[in-house]
Amino acid sequence: MMRPYSEKENVQKKPYYSDRFWVAPQIPKEPVESDAIFASDLDVLKAKFEIKEAYIQRGQMVVYINPADNVDVLMCLRDELSYNFLSEHSAIDWLAKSGEFEIFYQMLSTCKHKRLRIKCFIKEKETLKSVIDVYKSANWAEREMYDMFGVIISGHPYMKRILMPDDWYDHPLRKTYPLQGDEAAQWYEIDKIFGKEYRDIIGPEERDGARIDVDDTYRFAHINHEVPFGAPRSLEKTVTEYQEEGGVFIVKKLKKEDAKILKERP
Amino acid sequence: MAQHKINYLQEAGLPVALTTVDKLVQWGRSNSVWPLTYGLACCAIEMMATGASRYDFDRFGTIFRASPRQADVIVIAGTLTKKHSPFMRRLYDQLAEPKWVISMGSCANTGGMFNTYATVQGADRIVPVDIYLPGCAPRPETLQYALMLLQKKIRTEKASKKLQPKRLV
Repeated sequence: MMRPYSEKENVQKKPYYSDRFWVAPQIPKEPVESDAIFASDLDVLKAKFEIKEAYIQRGQMVVYINPADNVDVLMCLRDELSYNFLSEHSAIDWLAKSGEFEIFYQMLSTCKHKRLRIKCFIKEKETLKSVIDVYKSANWAEREMYDMFGVIISGHPYMKRILMPDDWYDHPLRKTYPLQGDEAAQWYEIDKIFGKEYRDIIGPEERDGARIDVDDTYRFAHINHEVPFGAPRSLEKTVTEYQEEGGVFIVKKLKKEDAKILKERP
Repeated sequence: MAQHKINYLQEAGLPVALTTVDKLVQWGRSNSVWPLTYGLACCAIEMMATGASRYDFDRFGTIFRASPRQADVIVIAGTLTKKHSPFMRRLYDQLAEPKWVISMGSCANTGGMFNTYATVQGADRIVPVDIYLPGCAPRPETLQYALMLLQKKIRTEKASKKLQPKRLV
């Protein structure tokens, strides 16, 4: 599927170009009836649980369920429908749109050679039951989901952040989290190592990777015009050599004319 | 009766070399710069290559040590994350004086391409850095050159115990 053409006459002149009417392309959805195995699986699920929506995308069935049923649905999938592997489990942040997280469980059946995705929506402060009793692989996935999104899980044996430090503030994969960090994140290492009072001494982070200050000899060196750390700039020419001119006791100074240069590798 | 006579004043001179304590001590230190076995990311692979037989760090007297108590220099080889920064600072504090720091690669110098919430934007926010080594990742030759420059720097320093305390950062 191609995105529709839009005028790009002056794209080069603009520092940032964004198409205001761009709509993310969607992979076409097929009915579940088009695949016999998925259709029979869905019938088993429909007999026991409330199914909100189901379709096939890219050869994988997607089933929307009630968040309260998650443990029972996964138990049924594992024991009755032989989906024996939970390969991925995380959340999608839709808080700005609807105040909800979309939770997904990506499953694999090694017997049927099929992949299936169970999805459900939960509110921001709603708790979700842990599925560790069904799949052990959910342990770290749920910790990561809590760490990155702040989804609260009930019944997890060790509910602790997995990637970020324990004293980290906020959940970094939320859409509202700034990429370069909030205040707590930007000063995290300074506050932790030196204490808050050192913020003024050390200064804020330099976030512009292209910043160059010719007068700043703390951070920038002028090749062939080198001065000691922090000294003012000078135009006096310096020769960069890795060893002192007179040589050092015992350490022999390499002279280029003494070196034997090979034309090709022996 | 000696079979031959050495005239110390005429030939190669007296078998005495005059030098200063500073020069002698720092000459010794510069030729036994022991780095800490400490790698953070892909730059550590280049550091390992520098330590291995082809590039052979040992010929500079540079032998990787497994304990900060035995090391003189710490090579920050790779991305320094904020989560890891307290441990990095602790390792630096555990190095015995005198100690030096080589910041290896773009990530350790400035945060590099990781302009994000989780990366320390330059290791010099945590520890004082002596040599900044550009590259992503720097070739082993670059690390060798950095070590030679560090040796040169060490030779210009004073050996005295009354060294000025290093700035905090």
